[in-house]
Amino acid sequence: MADIQLKDLVKSYGPTEVLHHIEGDIQDGEFIVIVGPSGCGKSTLLRMVAGLESVTSGEIAIGGTRVNELEPSQRDIAMVFQNYALYPHMTVRQNMAYGLKIRKLPKADIDRRVEEAAEILEIKQYLDRKPRQLSGGQRQRVAMGRAIVRDPQVFLFDEPLSNLDAKLRVQMRLEIRKLQQRLGVTSIYVTHDQVEAMTLGDRLMVLNGGYVEQFGTPIELYDRPASMFVAGFIGSPAMNFLPVTLDAGTASLPSGHQVSVASGHSGTATLGMRPEHLTADPDGPIAINVDMLEQLGANTLIHGRLDGTEHAITASVPGHAHDGIGNTRRFSIAPDLTHLFDTDTGKRLDS
Amino acid sequence: MVENRPLTTFVTHLVLILGVLAIAFPVWITFVASTHNELRMNQSPLPLWPGEYFLTNMQQTLFGSGLSGTEQAPVWLMLLNSLAMALLISSGKIVISLLSAFAIVYFKFPFRMGFFWMIFITLMLPVEVRILPTFEVVANLGMLNSYWGLSIPLIASATATFMFRQVFLTVPDELLESARIDGAGPLRFFFDILLPLSRTNIAALFVILFIFGWNQYLWPLLITTDTSMTTIVMSIKQMLEAAEQSPQWNIIMTTALLAMIPPVFVVIAMQKLFVQGLTETDK
Repeated sequence: MADIQLKDLVKSYGPTEVLHHIEGDIQDGEFIVIVGPSGCGKSTLLRMVAGLESVTSGEIAIGGTRVNELEPSQRDIAMVFQNYALYPHMTVRQNMAYGLKIRKLPKADIDRRVEEAAEILEIKQYLDRKPRQLSGGQRQRVAMGRAIVRDPQVFLFDEPLSNLDAKLRVQMRLEIRKLQQRLGVTSIYVTHDQVEAMTLGDRLMVLNGGYVEQFGTPIELYDRPASMFVAGFIGSPAMNFLPVTLDAGTASLPSGHQVSVASGHSGTATLGMRPEHLTADPDGPIAINVDMLEQLGANTLIHGRLDGTEHAITASVPGHAHDGIGNTRRFSIAPDLTHLFDTDTGKRLDS
Repeated sequence: MVENRPLTTFVTHLVLILGVLAIAFPVWITFVASTHNELRMNQSPLPLWPGEYFLTNMQQTLFGSGLSGTEQAPVWLMLLNSLAMALLISSGKIVISLLSAFAIVYFKFPFRMGFFWMIFITLMLPVEVRILPTFEVVANLGMLNSYWGLSIPLIASATATFMFRQVFLTVPDELLESARIDGAGPLRFFFDILLPLSRTNIAALFVILFIFGWNQYLWPLLITTDTSMTTIVMSIKQMLEAAEQSPQWNIIMTTALLAMIPPVFVVIAMQKLFVQGLTETDK
């Protein structure tokens, strides 16, 4: 087990820089999720830690040792791939034992480790099958088993759940989390799914276009997003953004109404409000012309436009709502639940 | 959609049966000819049903002097020569093309694509085109009348290299990466992962190349002057013209029959892998 340091990490393909000066300290035993839209460089970052991509500049250290120049097999890591990458011609047992066999561990030792890992993952009855005879979920377990038997310092997961169906994904998500807590191995997990990221990670690193937008706990990211990108990416349905003019603790909406905010800034800015923080209030300042209702059972999503403007806005209200489409509903929001961002840079404006 | 009507069933079967007859009839005639004596084979009409000289002919062909009145090697030796040549060519081709395809697909080195195209262009230069310089080289190396002379010039193979390249390209990159994390070096990866994954393709190629090697005619004809090195395919033709006598069809046909057996055996033995190797695309 080990901590990981990323110092001023840069990756370029020719003249194109795809990762820009990534910094990050990962504590021993932490579960870090790297999350971002496709093409943001999250897999590249993971593969650099694994040693499958070279480092252009900067340093990766695992357990205090610089690993830039080490082969993947010398970094004491294990990786779980999106398509599992099981060797199709080997049985589950051989798949799990292959790395240990290469490291020339004694046969008895290998057998013991494979049995133990199979026990933990409940795949003992499949040990003598070939990967093609297994279902997606079972293959996923074998891929994790192959990682566990190596007893590595670091687990790396590259979107391991995206080939599974929705139900299995939720189940495996919990299992990965439990397993990681039980083994206490430092883990880096890459995903584009923000729910997966929120539920799995001790801390999340949000990547966008090769930049780290924010690195913090899921709740920090939700409560105090550092940028409009993070605010829009974390949380579902996504946060509403409205252009506002600030003046002494109030924000004037495009509709002309005033909302109190916890900020002393003045001038133009972008106001962010999460749909679930809008509360129905007949005298509220935020008037929504309802376009569409989405009944989710536990709550209802109201999609509409800010009264008198074309700004789309979504509110989430508890229970069932049967308001007619075309009606206007009014909402208010507590000042400390509002978020303000610089319209040009997208950065958070702090009070 | 497959229709199931009596008339179409009849027609399809008729066509298929005619096709089988067209292919099987010459083989049958060959077999029949190998069961009669020399005299009967030079009379008209040709027999259509087997006679009783099969074992005598077989004995004379395989272990005797073959054609009477000539000094050629016994056919068992020719079979052995052919077998050695076909096996050397097919295994040599497979080993060389596996290695060159491995180099081209998995290693980055200067002029990689240049080498690939150089190999690929040799497709345009079969033995027949380069036969004089090749003969010169083989003769200067003193490889005339040897198994090496028979096989080595035919071993370099662009087709097989190209095929293995395509096979290797279908192997997902993650397998390579996974093997790297497991600590497998290039050779381990080659032997532990790539070879087992290409097993069926190797088998398919072996069948094709074995028959290719077995059927070689022109090249062995050129470089073997010693009768103890003749191969069976070239000797069939020579028997026809031997010693200015009327052809001994019974012996020639027995030889032809013997020449057919090893390829048939190889195809039957490797049929399952052969079909898998040519049709399977999933790795």
